[in-house]
Amino acid sequence: MLRLVVRRLLQLIPTLLGLSVLLFIWLNRLPGGPAAAMLGERATAADKARIEAALGLDQPVWIQYGRFLKRLSELNLGVSTQTGQPVWDEFTRAFPATVELGISAMIIAIAVGVPLGYFAARRRGSWLDVTAVSGSLVGICIPVFFLAFLLKAVFAVQLGWFPSFGRQTTGIDATEVTGFYVLDGILTGEFDAAWDAAMHLVLPALALSSIPLAIITRMTRASVLEVLGEDYVRTAESKGLSRQVVRGRHVLRNALLPVVTAIGLLTGGLLSGAVLTESVFAFGGIGSFIKTAIDERDYPVLVGFIMFIAAAYVVINLLVDLAYSLIDPRVRVH
Amino acid sequence: MALLSVDELTVTFTQRGRRDVKAVSGVSFDVDQGQVVGLVGESGCGKSVTSLALMGLLPSRGVKVGGRADFDGTDLLTLSGRRMRDLRGSQLAMIFQDPLSSLNPVVPIGVQVTEILTRHRRLKGEAARKEAASLLDRVGIPDPDRRLKEYPHQLSGGMRQRALIAMAVACAPRLLIADEPTTALDVTIQAQILELLKELVDQEGTALLMITHDLGVVAGLCDQVNVLYAGKVVESAARRELFEAPTHPYANGLLGSIPRLDAPRGEPLRPVRGSINDTIAWEDGCAFAPRCDHYTLECLQGTPVLGEPRKPGHQVRCVNPVLSGGAAELRRSVLPEPDEVPGADAAADGTGPEGDGPVEKADPAEKDAVETAGTAEKEAGA
Repeated sequence: MLRLVVRRLLQLIPTLLGLSVLLFIWLNRLPGGPAAAMLGERATAADKARIEAALGLDQPVWIQYGRFLKRLSELNLGVSTQTGQPVWDEFTRAFPATVELGISAMIIAIAVGVPLGYFAARRRGSWLDVTAVSGSLVGICIPVFFLAFLLKAVFAVQLGWFPSFGRQTTGIDATEVTGFYVLDGILTGEFDAAWDAAMHLVLPALALSSIPLAIITRMTRASVLEVLGEDYVRTAESKGLSRQVVRGRHVLRNALLPVVTAIGLLTGGLLSGAVLTESVFAFGGIGSFIKTAIDERDYPVLVGFIMFIAAAYVVINLLVDLAYSLIDPRVRVH
Repeated sequence: MALLSVDELTVTFTQRGRRDVKAVSGVSFDVDQGQVVGLVGESGCGKSVTSLALMGLLPSRGVKVGGRADFDGTDLLTLSGRRMRDLRGSQLAMIFQDPLSSLNPVVPIGVQVTEILTRHRRLKGEAARKEAASLLDRVGIPDPDRRLKEYPHQLSGGMRQRALIAMAVACAPRLLIADEPTTALDVTIQAQILELLKELVDQEGTALLMITHDLGVVAGLCDQVNVLYAGKVVESAARRELFEAPTHPYANGLLGSIPRLDAPRGEPLRPVRGSINDTIAWEDGCAFAPRCDHYTLECLQGTPVLGEPRKPGHQVRCVNPVLSGGAAELRRSVLPEPDEVPGADAAADGTGPEGDGPVEKADPAEKDAVETAGTAEKEAGA
């Protein structure tokens, strides 16, 4: 088990190095650049050259890359060209919001998708099944930003049930510990602050959960249908076991194997996919930060972010594999 | 009274917009305490569906079950789901064909054995584990304590089937249904598993309903044999009686098709020509008529009834039974000489009018069956 973890973490190094090479080539080919973005349209060539020299962008790309690697080896992602703050600090400020949003969305998707898919399969052809299948199709098709606007217009603006923007009501008395506001509120005993943060999470998390919810529902349904036809379920029935044991131990446990894999891949996607939802709800996460970074050609932030997402993907998939080896003895690592 | 008495069992699969499919059309047979009864027939003749109907394991939708199946006085076919659950695993148990796919791949063998003990015998924890270990030991699995912790993929094919048998006999059922329990196993393991089943049946007095297409299994194990064709019993006799004097042309053809080790080299195999798809509805006549060598117009005058043309207790559903001699003699008298039939290939697709010609090669599955037939017959003789 430990060997697998170490090997997979070591695999991160070539993955990230390869990715960084691609990134540098790509950024080098992009038109414009931080200097043009900072100075605007009427910048003189001399001004641009001065800024590029200050940022080190006048150097050949391999020298820039060498510097980047050197900084990276000191765990330093550089300084944002928009804010002048270290990229690492910007990330640690913005990431908890995104992670909190992503986890909430995933919890909704799993908590609703798995039971829905399961019951749709058990009552195949019933109204529940038809609703689940067609509903999940809508969930996959509808653009997230549109759904986000819709939810905001109905539940925040019209009905006023939920706040329409931000992570917490401004001016609320809250102590920051981890940067995860709901968790902070619970840890410090400030339950009103935790509740406030949770209410702020509902709409963006719902919007963000639509695609994973739809995928998990469909996968669970298909998987349960397949398992219901397996011989070992018939064996379990032939033993006269109670319905609960047949369903829990013999059907669900097997049916959830492929769903776990999907959950891992979807979680990785949520981190990078939160951008649109966050900007609709002015949720101060990494998404809105990255959006500005793209506009401003903030190379250090972009490189850092993309590498971070890549690393997160690898780690999440490692976690999925570890979880998988716990629930499926056939792939257990010794 | 018989322990299990199946009377005119019918199973019909219905699907909206399609014609109903009658998988079992009026099967009747009895199983006595301590008796081994064989249900023999080719694929698609309704033998597995019969067993699933008895166990109440057919899907509830799209299936119509008719007739009666009295098990110790209660009709299994009309029992409520809950009562059936109580009976299954404790009074009635079943062993399936493919031991790998019949075991849950992600649950340890131990749990799969103990869960049935917990359900029907209220054994829990250490007591259940101990009982499970002794069950595995009883079915001949060495080092049971270690095996209990293992998963199905870590066991060999024969051991998996032994584990399934351990689960089936865990609560000392009165009737054990084995649906082709040796088909997925190689020949030596087949013999061991059959031996084990025989032992368990002898020790416990359990009745065994053996479902198989393998005449070797029948020869080695069964007391009474029912030959099924297109969802009906066409011949029912004691084992010795059936093997010595197969009277229905189908049973006769089946036994005649077994190649013999003492046959001269190069002697062609003699299959029953055609396939189970060449059939007519039982209402119109004998379903075997299109493949039968004894076929006359009389065969098309409605369903033939079970008669006893040869001996009391030896039932045959045929208007032109084979009454002269045994299979070997019949083979010579009925089938044409090999060189008389030129289109040998016609036999394979069953389209040729004289498709009962010789086929040069046996397919591997058939060969396997033949080999067990050999060993099992020897055992039966011993």
